[in-house]
Amino acid sequence: MTLRDLKPGQQGKVTGISTTGAMKRRIMDMGVTPGVEIRVVKVAPLGDPVEVNVRGYELSLRKDEAAQVEIRM
Amino acid sequence: MSITIALAGNPNCGKTTLFNEITGSRQHVGNWPGVTVEKKDGIYKKNKDVVIMDLPGTYSLSPYSAEEIVARDYIVKEKPDAVINIVDGTSIERNLYLTMQIMETRIPVVVAMNMMDEVEGRGDRIDCGRLSGLLGIPVIPIVARTGKGLNELMEAAIATAKNRRQPEQPPIFDSQLADAISAIADALGGADSAENNWKAIKLAENDEIIARAVPSDKKGAVEELVKAANKVSDGDAEAKIADSRYRYISKLVKECVKKGSKGSQETRSDKLDKILTNRILALPIFAGIMYLLFACTFSENFLFIPELPSPGVWLAGIVEEACSFVAEGVIGAVEGLGASEWAVGLVSSCLDGVGAVFGFLPLVLVLFLLMSFLEDSGYMARVAFVMDRIFRHFGLSGRSFIPMLMGFGCSVPALMASRTLESDKDRKITMMITPFMSCGAKLPIYAMFAATLFADSNQTMVVFSIYMLGIIVAVLGALILNKFAFKSETSNFIMELPQYRIPTLKSVLIHAWEKVKGFAVKAGTVIFASTVLIWFLSSFNFSGMCDMEESLLASLGNGIKWIFAPLGFGDWRASVGVVTGWIAKENIVATFGQLFGNVSEETVEAVMAGEEALPAITEVFNQVSAYAYMAFNLLCMPCFAAVGAMKREYGSWKWTLRAVGFQMLTAYIVALLINVVGSMIF
Repeated sequence: MTLRDLKPGQQGKVTGISTTGAMKRRIMDMGVTPGVEIRVVKVAPLGDPVEVNVRGYELSLRKDEAAQVEIRM
Repeated sequence: MSITIALAGNPNCGKTTLFNEITGSRQHVGNWPGVTVEKKDGIYKKNKDVVIMDLPGTYSLSPYSAEEIVARDYIVKEKPDAVINIVDGTSIERNLYLTMQIMETRIPVVVAMNMMDEVEGRGDRIDCGRLSGLLGIPVIPIVARTGKGLNELMEAAIATAKNRRQPEQPPIFDSQLADAISAIADALGGADSAENNWKAIKLAENDEIIARAVPSDKKGAVEELVKAANKVSDGDAEAKIADSRYRYISKLVKECVKKGSKGSQETRSDKLDKILTNRILALPIFAGIMYLLFACTFSENFLFIPELPSPGVWLAGIVEEACSFVAEGVIGAVEGLGASEWAVGLVSSCLDGVGAVFGFLPLVLVLFLLMSFLEDSGYMARVAFVMDRIFRHFGLSGRSFIPMLMGFGCSVPALMASRTLESDKDRKITMMITPFMSCGAKLPIYAMFAATLFADSNQTMVVFSIYMLGIIVAVLGALILNKFAFKSETSNFIMELPQYRIPTLKSVLIHAWEKVKGFAVKAGTVIFASTVLIWFLSSFNFSGMCDMEESLLASLGNGIKWIFAPLGFGDWRASVGVVTGWIAKENIVATFGQLFGNVSEETVEAVMAGEEALPAITEVFNQVSAYAYMAFNLLCMPCFAAVGAMKREYGSWKWTLRAVGFQMLTAYIVALLINVVGSMIF
């Protein structure tokens, strides 16, 4: 499953990033790397993007971007 | 001998606050060449031999954004004597990621562990001494907002710069990957050189900028070794390297950071965020804050109280009165000296130019006091979070909303507000389309045509439709620019939502002051020169001073009127109106007042307010061509003040001219369509 499938309050462990290139690098630069715990905090009022908590800070990313983050609950 | 110290750190880590604290008011603001990224340098207030260079805030030194490229080029090519790496102690893991990459460049570096008061407030503890021992570089705890620890920081930075103490490569990589990287460094000319080692890491990370710079005789060998590095990394060395850095950081954090008991508690920032980005409340609160931002700057009936000027309008009124008082005095004095008519004219046009610059300053000041409050408090990131869904369809980020909204008041502060956008591409596109928002000065033009040619139709609808036209063209323009002009650059929305913080008064004031000063100096020259030029063209011909009807500008109008013929207004007076409109858009009405019937100044004012008609313009315009003319002036090059602001923000004439060219072309096409289609229907 991917980060996109999580509901606010749910948490998972990152297992991999399925995209490549600049987007993959950006996601990993921000601390979303395999093994890290990630929790969905909320969804934006218009339904997208989502806010997640990772490595002790709040990160926002679009649902399409969240779909590239593979996780295990 | 002077030493240079660069400040590097993540966005929102308190870098600007630190920069302001250590440089005081001795700052210089400009642009990095070729990009819309701000360049700031200053001098250490306690030792004027120390130059402080503020690098753009970045999360990484990867080659994917203008900020990252600027920051790493500066560190690697300009080689400052030392780097102060500001780390936000409240999100230490992500911040140390940049520290790893700075250490990889082997430039002398000192870590400033910032926000220590917040860290302690949470009940956490960071052992800076331990971290310093593990990294082999100084780590100084500071609180930039209060100035705590800054003397120690600067002493450590200056000592590090003087000793040129290079950090060791942190032991990030496993032995296979480390061997693969040093093999690449060997192929580049030797693993004993810090530069080759850094390049080797970047090559393994698949960095195209570094790969292009590899000499052609080494390219083949290097490519083979990069493949080998990927092989020992499960096929993706870039991911493995990022992952390794974070693994190492996790180890560091485990050793040096003690989480307190309050770790799981909700902070005040979390509570505030629950309200501000609440599913139901977020949009109304956002609309309210945007209304206040707009109203404080531009409203003449502030908070719906009739005739109560907002702080911006009130200040603008005072400045305007002061300017005209001084201008009258100076003109009186010049006339008293018996100066000739042209000399008086020149002096008064110069004063107009200066007045035009000063007239914008209060708007810029008020808007930026409020904007920098929103920016520094962390709310602006939420604006982007809330609005992203809408703006992504046009290829822009949610933050573009603010400059575009401000555009309805005045393009000058609106263009300057585009500086808060995340990416270089978004800034460039937003600046091109922001002037399409119909600013306050364009309203008198619509009022004139509405009262004269649309007297029998619904005038409100005519004016409203012009505003809507501006919005639609802006959206289409953004789409087209995204598709064709900037297609190679991908946009993403992977960004931090920083903690809410109350900004310090000092940083808000410094920010607003910088904007005012920058506008007065950089844009001022453009406005001043062009105002005087148009004055000269409109009051002279080859035999000397004359009325506008016989001036060089009139000849110019006659010379260029054929260009406008397909748009329905191939008349020299209409053409002259377009040109005088570049000084200030409302000038078009005054010019028409003079050229169509020589009406008095009072009549011009009444025409501007839409209370009186200017019947003579029906000689040239019908409803269709009048609409085309309004559309043309809405979309074509904005006033010189806005062009000056554009020049300041783009930092280059090349991009300014591209933007103006795009606007001119858009205006022409849209007006042409209106005239052709309109003439068929009506």
